[in-house]
Amino acid sequence: MALAPARPAVLVTGTASDSHTWNLVLLQLFLEELGHPVSNLGACVTHELLVDGCRRHRPEVVVIGSVNGHGYRDGLAAVTLLRAEPDLAGMRVVVGGKLGVDGVRSLQDRGRLLAAGCDAVFDDGSLTALREFLAALPARVVTA
Amino acid sequence: MTAPAPSLGRYVAAAAAAGGLVVQPRMGFGDPRHMRAGLVGTRDAAAVTVGTVTIDSYTRVGDPAGARRALAEGGALNGYPIVSHPAAVTRSLLRGVHGPGFPVQVRHGSSHPEAIIRALTAVGLDATEGGPVSYCLPYGRTPLRASVDAWARGCELLAELAPPPRVPHLETFGGCLLGQLCPPGLLVAVSLLEALFFVEHGIREVSLSYAQQTSPEQDREAVAALRRLAAEFLPPDVHRHIVLYTYMGVFPSSAAGADLLLRASARLAVRSGAQRLIVKTPAEAHRIPTVAENVRALESAAAAAEAEVRSPADRLEPDSEVYAQARTFVEAVLELGTGTGTGIGEALRSAFARGYLDVPYCLHPDNAGRSRSFIDDRGRLRWSRTGAMPVAPDLAPAGTTADLTSSQLLAALHTMARRFDLAAEAAAPTGTAGSARAAHRTRSGAPTRPTAPPRPTPSPRPIAPTRPTTRTSGPGAGSPAGVRPPLPGVFTPSRTTDDGSRDA
Ligand code: B12
Repeated sequence: MALAPARPAVLVTGTASDSHTWNLVLLQLFLEELGHPVSNLGACVTHELLVDGCRRHRPEVVVIGSVNGHGYRDGLAAVTLLRAEPDLAGMRVVVGGKLGVDGVRSLQDRGRLLAAGCDAVFDDGSLTALREFLAALPARVVTA
Repeated sequence: MTAPAPSLGRYVAAAAAAGGLVVQPRMGFGDPRHMRAGLVGTRDAAAVTVGTVTIDSYTRVGDPAGARRALAEGGALNGYPIVSHPAAVTRSLLRGVHGPGFPVQVRHGSSHPEAIIRALTAVGLDATEGGPVSYCLPYGRTPLRASVDAWARGCELLAELAPPPRVPHLETFGGCLLGQLCPPGLLVAVSLLEALFFVEHGIREVSLSYAQQTSPEQDREAVAALRRLAAEFLPPDVHRHIVLYTYMGVFPSSAAGADLLLRASARLAVRSGAQRLIVKTPAEAHRIPTVAENVRALESAAAAAEAEVRSPADRLEPDSEVYAQARTFVEAVLELGTGTGTGIGEALRSAFARGYLDVPYCLHPDNAGRSRSFIDDRGRLRWSRTGAMPVAPDLAPAGTTADLTSSQLLAALHTMARRFDLAAEAAAPTGTAGSARAAHRTRSGAPTRPTAPPRPTPSPRPIAPTRPTTRTSGPGAGSPAGVRPPLPGVFTPSRTTDDGSRDA
């Protein structure tokens, strides 16, 4: 008998300009092993694809991963876009990876992401921090 | 008949005839002055070099407006936006640097290369890189069919916009694909097939790439297989050489480990008979490297190559496992095209649609995604699952299945990083490897990027590249090549140190 998924559904996605996928493959496996149902949109996800993907999969958490150095910029564009869609308002959105080009975490860029409605920024790429964030999410309210 | 103008291929051939390995960086910056400083640094390095202009990701995905916006807002790009900067700007950054004595290649990773090819030919450049498969599957979600069509037009455009006596040059990226965990037979096959595709669309000078993987022995077989297949399948009058890429997967995080891996790739290039090497730097695992880091990497690779004895009798079995597998893939693809009159591009597309070619772990919608790979106990990459491919799988190691867990996958991805970080640590006096790692984690401890305006017009190099024995300028001028002062905080291993590679 299949059990109903106990953990929140997650949508893993790259950003519009980022073609790296190993991080996305790894994130998917990691999250599935934690018990989350995961859909993965892959690389170079345009704004339309991202919004469509959210409407189609109705995830509770969107995990945006980027390592090409444009992550602060592209992540900000993605979060801003998602937060402008009232029907997607309930989703958690997090961004992580190697977000700048200089290996330095930028407090300013991080602040911008949070101000735009990002729930968490993992700009040290820490999977442990992501796991802790997910574990701390309130239990899902199941509506009939 | 006019003699052909010096080209990337001719330049590399002349260096090879003189016994030298050409080294080249992966380098691109959004700011034109910074980009010029990078080319000048590359040209003036104590090595026989080719310059690189690596293009940023906005331009790659066909969003030059995005690149322009990022620049206007003062954001740093991960490459040079050649389509967004006016041609005059690009021309002036190349002026006095690019020339017969210093070829410059544009490296870009775009499945729609036309705008980039127009931009590069307009400023007098003739050499670039790509391929209908290798600039598609690893670089986004463009349908393979669209990439094949765009690349056919791209090749024809390059030939048309760089007419004789200019010599358009195209390098395959097929020998790299996703950079890691792909058994070499498939890399060699795609590299060769892309070269055939270039020739079919009017290109007469090519280079065939292969990226260093996890076993030096298997890598030497792969380069030999690529050379042999090129001789068997390319028309004899197509000018060609082999270009090796320093490892393209997860890189060692310590500076010393990264340098060991770089040097191992330089020795592999020499031993396998590759004529050009594209290097990586100790910043690879962390961030975009500085110009100075690139220059040091070029010099470190050149010195390692020079110290390596070229052994003409690299006694390899001619029918190696890699050759046999690559040839099986090549024949399966060419067979699909036989009698259809549609050419290699369509055969490649059809081969992916049927899963005859299937890149492990590739998420691209047109990749079947059924193949899986593993690294065996000798370090060789093998297939644990082959889907519909015309080759047989090997047995996955005991205790694992073809489907890896996240920690198994992470461990596989970090194979080379771990091997070379450990080798560096073992070679280093206690404490140094650790401090080297710390110094290179962020830019704070590392050299800052150049802000000074680039140097004035240099004297052009001789047409036949010569290997400089001393630096002509810059810090350490006059010191013999290969005898560099150690980097601050970085242990420079001696030549006798084990580099962690598995073959003695
Ligand atoms: C393999 C690789 C490629 C392959 C990618 C193939 C593919 N489809 O994936 C190829 C060769 C095609 C490639 C291309 C490019 N690459 Co690349 N690539 C790498 C490389 C060598 C390894 C990446 C990898 O596979 N890692 C394995 C995964 C599992 O680890 P990861 O990506 O680091 O992700 C981990 C964490 O960051 C974290 N994480 C990631 N995302 C997220 C998200 C969240 C929410 C969380 C919590 C954590 C998290 O989890 C992962 C597991 O620990 C790295 C350098 C390195 N690390 O050694 C460069 C690197 C990422 N590439 C880089 C760049 C710039 C590019 C290019 C733009 C070319 C260029 N200008 O140099 C293009 C991409 C074009 C584009 N449109 O984006 C830079 C990025 C610079 C920066 N951020 O400062 C790097 C760091 C190399 C460098 N030093 O210059 N690349």
